[in-house]
Amino acid sequence: MTKMAATRDGYGEALLELANNPKVVVLEADLGKSTKSLHFRKAHPERTVSCGIGEQNMLLIGAGLAASGYIPFASTFAIFTERAFEQMRNGVARPNLAVHVCGSHGGTHTGTDGSSAQSIEDLAIYRTLPNVIVMNPSDVVSTKQLTIQLADKASPSYMRTARNKTPVLYEGRENEIEIGKGIVLKEGSDVAIIACGVMVSEALKAAESLQAEGIQASVVDMHTLKPLDGPLIDNLVLTCGALVTAEDHNVIGGLGGAVAEHLTANTYAPLERVGVKDRFGESGQSDEMLEVMEISAPFIAAAAKRAIARKA
Amino acid sequence: MTSPDELRELARRCRVHIVNMVHRAQAGHPGGSLSEIDLLVALYKTTLRVRPSDPRWEDRDRFILSKGHASPGMYAILAEMGFISEEDLTSYRVLGGICQGHVDMKWCPGVDFSAGSLGMGLSFGLGAAIAGRLEESERQVYVMLGDGELQEGSVWEAAMAAAHHELGNLNVILDRNRIQNDDFCEAQMRMFDIPAKWKAFGWNVKEIDGHNMEEIVDGMQFLSTTNSGPSILIAHTVKGHGVSFMADNPAFHGAAPNDEQYALAMQELGEVGA
Ligand SMILES: Cc1ncc(C[n+]2csc(CCOP(=O)(O)OP(=O)(O)O)c2C)c(N)n1
Ligand SMILES: [Mg+2]
Repeated sequence: MTKMAATRDGYGEALLELANNPKVVVLEADLGKSTKSLHFRKAHPERTVSCGIGEQNMLLIGAGLAASGYIPFASTFAIFTERAFEQMRNGVARPNLAVHVCGSHGGTHTGTDGSSAQSIEDLAIYRTLPNVIVMNPSDVVSTKQLTIQLADKASPSYMRTARNKTPVLYEGRENEIEIGKGIVLKEGSDVAIIACGVMVSEALKAAESLQAEGIQASVVDMHTLKPLDGPLIDNLVLTCGALVTAEDHNVIGGLGGAVAEHLTANTYAPLERVGVKDRFGESGQSDEMLEVMEISAPFIAAAAKRAIARKA
Repeated sequence: MTSPDELRELARRCRVHIVNMVHRAQAGHPGGSLSEIDLLVALYKTTLRVRPSDPRWEDRDRFILSKGHASPGMYAILAEMGFISEEDLTSYRVLGGICQGHVDMKWCPGVDFSAGSLGMGLSFGLGAAIAGRLEESERQVYVMLGDGELQEGSVWEAAMAAAHHELGNLNVILDRNRIQNDDFCEAQMRMFDIPAKWKAFGWNVKEIDGHNMEEIVDGMQFLSTTNSGPSILIAHTVKGHGVSFMADNPAFHGAAPNDEQYALAMQELGEVGA
């Protein structure tokens, strides 16, 4: 049986480990039980700031702390970080203050809460902000590692985590995980599937089904969307000649957008983007949502075939 | 006019619907649904001018559940009013169902605003109230807010604007259940003197026991007839009211009862042999 865990738990574990650093402070907006900052709060109430249900206030409290030498980690649902987007833009990114924002319950995968809670634009909007590191890790182990690494960064960040469990991929492979470096999970020469977040395990399933049909796919976990791992993409273009991106996010502006931007500026390969087709979600279980949004493994496999067919 | 006893029986039925919905879905928000339901029942039955057979009737009063997570309470009263069927309640949080996790005007008849993000409903209500005034209509706008929700700064932007624009047709019902998501409000963000805050913002204020039907009916009367500026009814409630183990318990803000707890809840709500 594949071990399953939710990436938000990796965030919670990382905060506890980071607590050794007395400069690390945690900010909450009445969702600590959900984003998993509650463990830090219990262990270190004196370094946890309750901001009530006030996301805009939280982001700028973070900015003030960062400018005073602290390392703030602020979390709420991905969707509600968006309420504070302008605070993030003008108060955090512009002065380049290292406030680390974690948006949990990202994507349609979050499920039955429905469209108001399903952030499908977070990766796109934060990617447009100079200085901001943007990540969407795929499993609990990498989430923990990436969160720990953030504490040493001099720039702000946005990281999306997921509410529901996904397969654990990196147990014992902690040292392979590094901000800004995509991870090749499977090597194949016909097509490369570049995925992030909950879609990485879907991409692996798609690669398996393609293999059964004699198609060899590479699978890459692109947990960092910004800065994007350009050299890795260039290499995939050379070895595979066709690309697919897969994300639980609007097809506009997220991972697919980032890869497309890189391709048009640097090299060429046919690219098929799997993502939410510019629509809002609805209430449904995680697996149902990936089907309804047409982003689950079979849709990735179909996109891979289209990309291969487009090779010159 | 529906008698207080009839309203109490209706509220009991709605509580049964609420517990059924969250139990069936094994998800959702029972606490804030159970605290608001006596208020919703009285509002719909005694005050709100709406037509279940014509939910989009232009001159209807508007009701906005700004704390949109407490949707089971709203779906329950919508079903009892005939906007939707009892069968529809089984679609709560089910793929394709009209009873979405958070109330949604695109999915469910009788829902005037797509909520789910706190701190948005009062501003929307302001727009609806200004529209009513522009059309010289008598219609009223009612917005239900949560007490944790008051921590969103946008609520106070709207409160200030409502008084500035002298919107007598705008009314707030505050579900003052003292609990939010993670914990008691007092632990998350102290609220100090809530009535004084609204008074200072220029609102007419009345406080009631939000589970005393006679006081609630009075309160609704206060809202619909006080039209010299915006008015707020502060209803002191108990989160999870009506089910012993949910009452005043932050754990049941957003958690469903298991089968054993469900049976106990049904018993307490007077559903014999459930
Ligand atoms: C902008 C925003 N931030 C956070 C949330 C997550 N959330 C859902 S319900 C809730 C607590 C609400 O408490 P309250 O307003 O008191 O509602 P009630 O007690 O009536 O359920 C929170 C924080 C949200 N829905 N919207
Ligand atoms: Mg409350």
